[in-house]
Amino acid sequence: MKNLWKYFGSYKKECVLGPLFKLLEASFELFIPLVVKQIIDVGIPNGDEGYIIQRVLLMAALTFIGLVCSLTAQFFSARAAVGFSAKVKSAVFSHVQTLSYAELDKTGTSTLITRLTSDINTLQGGVNMSLRLFLRSPFIVFGAVVMAFTIDVKAALIFVVTVLALSLVVYGIMLITVPMHKKVQNDLDKVTAAARSNIGGVRVIRAFGLEEKEEEGFRNSNDALVRMQILAGKISALLNPVTFVLINLGLCYLIYQGGIAVDTGRLSRGAVVALVNYMSQILVELIKLANLIVQLSRALACGSRISSVMDIKSSMKDGDKEYANESGAAELEFKDVSFRYVDAAEDAISGISFKLPAGATLGVIGGTGSGKSSVINLIPRFYDTTGGNVYVDGTDVSQYKEASLRRRIAVVPQKSVLFTGTVRENLSWGRKDATDEDMEEALKMAQAYDFVMEKEGGLDYRVAQGGSNFSGGQKQRLAIARALVRKPAILILDDSTSALDYATDAALRKAVKEMKDAPTTVIVSQRSASIMHADMILVLDDGHAVGLGTHDELMKGCSVYQEIYNSQFGGDEYAK
Amino acid sequence: MRSNAKIIRRILHYLKPYWFFMLCSVFFAAVSSLLSLYLPVLTGQAVDLLIDKGLVDMEALKGIIFRMLIIIGISALGQWIMNACNNHVAYCSVRDIRKSAFARLQKLPLSYMDSHPTGDSLSRLIADVDTFADGLLMGFTQFFTGLLTIVGTLFLMLSIHKLVALVVICLTPLSLFVAGFIAKNTSSLFKKQSVTKAVQTSIIDEMIGNEKLVKAFSHEAEAAAAFDENNAELEKVALKAIFFSSLTNPSTRFVNNLIYALVALFGGFAVIRGHLSVGSLTAFLSYANQYTKPFNEISGVVTELQNAITCAGRVFELADEQPQTPDKEDAAVLEQAKGGLKLDGVKFSYVEDKPLITGLDLNVKPGERVAIVGPTGCGKTTLINLLMRFYDVKGGSIAVDGKDIRDYTRKSLRANYGMVLQETWLKPGTIRDNITLGKPDATDEEVIAAAKNSHAHSFIMQLPKQYDTVIGEEGGQLSQGQKQLICISRIMLSLPPMLILDEATSSIDTRTELKIQDAFARMMKGRTSFIVAHRLSTIKEADTILVMKDGNIIEQGDHRSLLKAGGFYSKLYRSQYEM
Repeated sequence: MKNLWKYFGSYKKECVLGPLFKLLEASFELFIPLVVKQIIDVGIPNGDEGYIIQRVLLMAALTFIGLVCSLTAQFFSARAAVGFSAKVKSAVFSHVQTLSYAELDKTGTSTLITRLTSDINTLQGGVNMSLRLFLRSPFIVFGAVVMAFTIDVKAALIFVVTVLALSLVVYGIMLITVPMHKKVQNDLDKVTAAARSNIGGVRVIRAFGLEEKEEEGFRNSNDALVRMQILAGKISALLNPVTFVLINLGLCYLIYQGGIAVDTGRLSRGAVVALVNYMSQILVELIKLANLIVQLSRALACGSRISSVMDIKSSMKDGDKEYANESGAAELEFKDVSFRYVDAAEDAISGISFKLPAGATLGVIGGTGSGKSSVINLIPRFYDTTGGNVYVDGTDVSQYKEASLRRRIAVVPQKSVLFTGTVRENLSWGRKDATDEDMEEALKMAQAYDFVMEKEGGLDYRVAQGGSNFSGGQKQRLAIARALVRKPAILILDDSTSALDYATDAALRKAVKEMKDAPTTVIVSQRSASIMHADMILVLDDGHAVGLGTHDELMKGCSVYQEIYNSQFGGDEYAK
Repeated sequence: MRSNAKIIRRILHYLKPYWFFMLCSVFFAAVSSLLSLYLPVLTGQAVDLLIDKGLVDMEALKGIIFRMLIIIGISALGQWIMNACNNHVAYCSVRDIRKSAFARLQKLPLSYMDSHPTGDSLSRLIADVDTFADGLLMGFTQFFTGLLTIVGTLFLMLSIHKLVALVVICLTPLSLFVAGFIAKNTSSLFKKQSVTKAVQTSIIDEMIGNEKLVKAFSHEAEAAAAFDENNAELEKVALKAIFFSSLTNPSTRFVNNLIYALVALFGGFAVIRGHLSVGSLTAFLSYANQYTKPFNEISGVVTELQNAITCAGRVFELADEQPQTPDKEDAAVLEQAKGGLKLDGVKFSYVEDKPLITGLDLNVKPGERVAIVGPTGCGKTTLINLLMRFYDVKGGSIAVDGKDIRDYTRKSLRANYGMVLQETWLKPGTIRDNITLGKPDATDEEVIAAAKNSHAHSFIMQLPKQYDTVIGEEGGQLSQGQKQLICISRIMLSLPPMLILDEATSSIDTRTELKIQDAFARMMKGRTSFIVAHRLSTIKEADTILVMKDGNIIEQGDHRSLLKAGGFYSKLYRSQYEM
């Protein structure tokens, strides 16, 4: 939580003034029962109408000043709360930009999104509410007790006992119900999970005729939820009646003691009325306070979730060498590289070595989980190696300035993601200053030119969120074009032609090969056909290199490669 | 408005079984709110007894306090019972609504699931129903007590002193007016805020959701700049919206305090003139203090109830969706199909004016192996949807063993198919639960044999609790390929007479796939099977290959004859070897 306090820095003034004005307003409110007391004790017995009018005007004045103070307080606290949350949001967002892949893996992006959206909203509401009420409610309770003391010490003791008893009860009920509400939330999550799984698996469920079983399962989790809800509800429902009983018991005792005091002449009638009024003010404020505490504890929980994001530090230190290769292809070398994901038990890859000359093509092939993606993630230094080194143009990648290196490497990821905006805006992710000609050229190479031009506006056609107005294959081709616009030194295709048919895939590879300053290309694929013509093929099995060489060499010497190849082409085909 | 009335009638229908609890709730609400209103009257009477030194009638005072104690006790008990009843009614009726909506979900045609995002149905079933429960609960608890409190207070005030009561009644609308005025003027600000916020959420969603890509393209600075720009805008808008809406409470409190002061004024005059006792004045003052509160509450309740009705409407919309045409009354149960299939002039379209399949004929002999190939969108998956009767044909007919599939019960028809899809679905539960999905009474030996056949046994044995390992939502820690192996084990266990394999091995690496092929081949022997695959090597063995394009079969024959024909299939096949 501590690292968030500094964002209040520019709102120090607001944070002081907001609660201050709120307290002023509360003080005026505390005077009102006293004024009523004067009307009853002085104005009425004397039959002095002028005095009553004067007192009522005083009340109106107090009320009006109270309004002004309160509006001022609302303004300052709103400004502090909104400003604070905007600053925190901006800081968190920028902070996430500095994290490396390792931290992103560990945290998971979906929780980062929740923290940036709903958590910060709750925090903002909590800050606003606290600035306004957190001092006010206890102040009024405390103030009412103090005022009671000024009227009569003995009667005031009743106040002290009542307030203590009330606080205990409120605290006790919350102690019991807060965990119950958490349980309710968990049960609700279970109901959601049951429904989600049902909708997701509808084909399988119907294919196996499991509809009734599903209904039964849903009914069970639904029933469990309702049982918990009713139990929690029954106990929460105690809160109001119990506070009602306690405060009124205090009131009865107060009237009884008041009766004795008036009878002995220790107190006036007006004083007793004032005491009764203070008692009811306390009731109102305590209920507000209980709600506030619930909201505040939620805000604090959210605050600490946000703060923990700020505590994540990037594990990667930026190098200081500028990568100067502005237009040519790059030489790539792996020297005895091993890599292990954080918290993983085993190395994802180990002992990988190869040297790829500038402009050559490397094919990487292997089964699921064999470490193909790990190999290519090390090239743009998305992760640091845990052993050995990766060299681009003879220098270890960790010595380059991250931005200068990545500017010259283009990646086409497995899952093609497009962003909201025009096709042009999406392509300019590859190169900020790309001209229309650059883009058209890249689209042609990626076999995407025709369908983009068919769309209304061509390059200015708007991509919907998630690229939903393009088919899977089209998205993939646009993602490829986005990478090609960069005219990179190294081009990485991470199993990124899976949605393309073989003919398109082949045409794409041919176009890249014929590019001016053709980049060094790394192709990861499950398909033998996509990599068999590469200059060098790396065969991975369970994180180890079990083969390195050309297609012909591997067909002779590498059994894993042969198996993969034969499984896709059938043994007899190669002989033809 | 008329549709609102309809929804309310539906809600009442769901509330009906709990009429006794509702009656209790209303009764106890009345008891507790009227009794608690009576308290200030008693307090007033007590104050009236406190005349001056030596003039207090302590016996009478004790009597009043005794009555107060009884009233407090009963009123508190009433409040608690009312709350408990409301809880019961709200949560139970909501459970029933959820249950019937879920049951309907099981009977909806697949076209509904396919055309509505999962999130939409989920939010209707979970979030909307929840909001409805909250609204119903709040409505019950506050609406009725609020109303009774207002009426009761009016009555009591009028009975104490008409003139002062009139002052209060005339001024109350002022507070409502102020609240309404502020609400009206802030709603446009809130709308603006939510629009800006929605933009922010989508920026966060896109950028943070794809943070790795952002970093891969060194787009960090641009992303942060775009975010900051929107964030500054949101700060401005939010400040306005929050500040102006926060004016409501102080302003209405101000009006209420003014009313309070006026009651003190006119009440004080009335006391001096002897029309009113001091005790009654204190009672009046406390009424003036409480009187406006239920008004604010009720206006809150009205919004809450409106919200609840909207949500209920969305849930009912789901419950009202047209269910699939029920099985025919005399529908036959397909026991053990021989596996002969005949498609006769089948027509189908997902969207009314966009025909997809137009007149498809196909004759499959029992035990035949049929492979379907073709580019994306050619109708492969659609054909499977029709075979399984996930969708009904729009024209023509599909017959199994010489009888139209619409004359069988859906359940028995589907039980004759074994289906493995590209998109694997695992049920939350143990591995064993998942394998025995189609044969719940299978023995351990059968389960293990099936898993060995599909080469899933070895990795299952490496899991912490082997076959009893619980897999989480969406399959949790299993890889896509492992999930697919479990789905294949299901079929290997239940061994239905007809098979549908739609990209069944797409996520399994080719070496493991090769190993399973044998088991597949054995399983397919004597079973009619349909195979969809990307890898042409997996379908070469088929008896018949259907080449589909744009919903029609353009070529049909075995591998050899199709290659010889030199059509679409041979082009597709040869493209695998070209560079």
